[in-house]
Amino acid sequence: MKLWLARRRYLIDFTLLALARRKTRNLGLLLVYTVLVFMLASVTLYSHALRQEAARVLANSPEVIVQRMVAGRHDLIPPGYIEKIGRIRGVQTREARLWGYYYDAVTRANYTFMVPAQGAPAAGEIVVGPALERSRGLAKSNGISFRSYSGKLHTFVVADVLPQASELVSADLVLMSEESFRAFFDYPAGHYTDIALSVANPLEVRNVALKLAAALPDARPILRDEVLRTYASIFDWREGIVLALLSAAILAFGILAWDKASGLSAEEKREIGILKAIGWETGDVIKMKFWEGLLVSLTAFLLGFVAAYVHVFHFAAALFEPVLKGWAVLYPRFQLTPQIDGLQVATLFFFTVVPYAAAVLVPIWKAAITDPDSVMRW
Amino acid sequence: MFILALAGAAFAACFVDAARLRAAAADDANGMAVLVAQLRLTDLALFTEARYTRHPSQADLHSAFQDHPLALEHFPTGSLIGPPAGLTNPVVKVGAGDTATSVAK
Repeated sequence: MKLWLARRRYLIDFTLLALARRKTRNLGLLLVYTVLVFMLASVTLYSHALRQEAARVLANSPEVIVQRMVAGRHDLIPPGYIEKIGRIRGVQTREARLWGYYYDAVTRANYTFMVPAQGAPAAGEIVVGPALERSRGLAKSNGISFRSYSGKLHTFVVADVLPQASELVSADLVLMSEESFRAFFDYPAGHYTDIALSVANPLEVRNVALKLAAALPDARPILRDEVLRTYASIFDWREGIVLALLSAAILAFGILAWDKASGLSAEEKREIGILKAIGWETGDVIKMKFWEGLLVSLTAFLLGFVAAYVHVFHFAAALFEPVLKGWAVLYPRFQLTPQIDGLQVATLFFFTVVPYAAAVLVPIWKAAITDPDSVMRW
Repeated sequence: MFILALAGAAFAACFVDAARLRAAAADDANGMAVLVAQLRLTDLALFTEARYTRHPSQADLHSAFQDHPLALEHFPTGSLIGPPAGLTNPVVKVGAGDTATSVAK
């Protein structure tokens, strides 16, 4: 065992010295390799963290949202509609929601006006989201006027601002009382925007949706699972776009690495010839070159991954943020919580380290089985 | 070898740092989860330019083309949100005698 370890150590020492002899070339390769791993790791780390964040945050959203459709479009829930849902077995609570959009010409952005089920502000008061506070320069106790769709000007007092930490879900929210909401939008009495259902047994959710569709043919049930899938697919799609854009760089690196790994320079062939001539076995030469490939690719992988981690979680992924996050007038400011998926790291490792380490073996084997004399004369 | 050892240590430190940041952000995450439950929120406030981008999970299926059936999607987010899965799946060929209803099931 001791001898085996010593052999490996000498082999690695020799490999490192061999790498140092071609310092500029190897450092150049290491740099390009590291940049490639950095780009790939940045995209995957960012997308994964964003997907996890969306899934974690929306895990508490209602199990089922029921919309009413008229002529293929979302319509208001009329009086008496909610009572029909109550008869479906499995539904624990049903809660009509009041919410809508308001386009503010000042900021050229849409706000989401909403009536909270509990703890609604008093009539004439509103609670605003942090992005709205920023964009309109609001503070607690300030007054703000919105012109409603009927043309009337409504003035509200900002009773509170939602916490900055919740900006990912509350950036553009304006919470108000039911009375203010109905007055502002001229919302017909007894009508609601949609209905949130809670279902006691998670396994029953799909059955409840089926019963709903059968009992209320104009209802469109939206399940929490569908909401989560929507967000997963949004970020998957974006990750795919960035990776497609990066594919040219990946291909260019692939050609460079393959060319470097599969073609041996005359100097390298001579080195192999000399090693063979002084008694090295073919297996030793292959092992030495394998270590060389592994050391370069492993170092590049580790450096690239660490740089990507720092870029994504300490510098907010400044390079890829515009594409991966998207943009909007009222974009929330949020810091992603690091989520590192072991399988993702293993996949990245497999596709960046293994192909390079393997690509060096074939030409080395070819050179190593050739007669030392002819290799040195080449 | 020194660079490799250093890179390995930094790689391990990433996992430690990730755990530290997760623990530090736990309160904020819980606060956000409570707000989502309280207000019955369904979407992230990421893209506020149109109602189908503000609430992608609640939008009508064809709201991106609400102006007329062949209207081009005009918000930037629309080009970055993927099309519905049904559009990208292979289309089942309708054979003789098949009706739209029987294929659509």
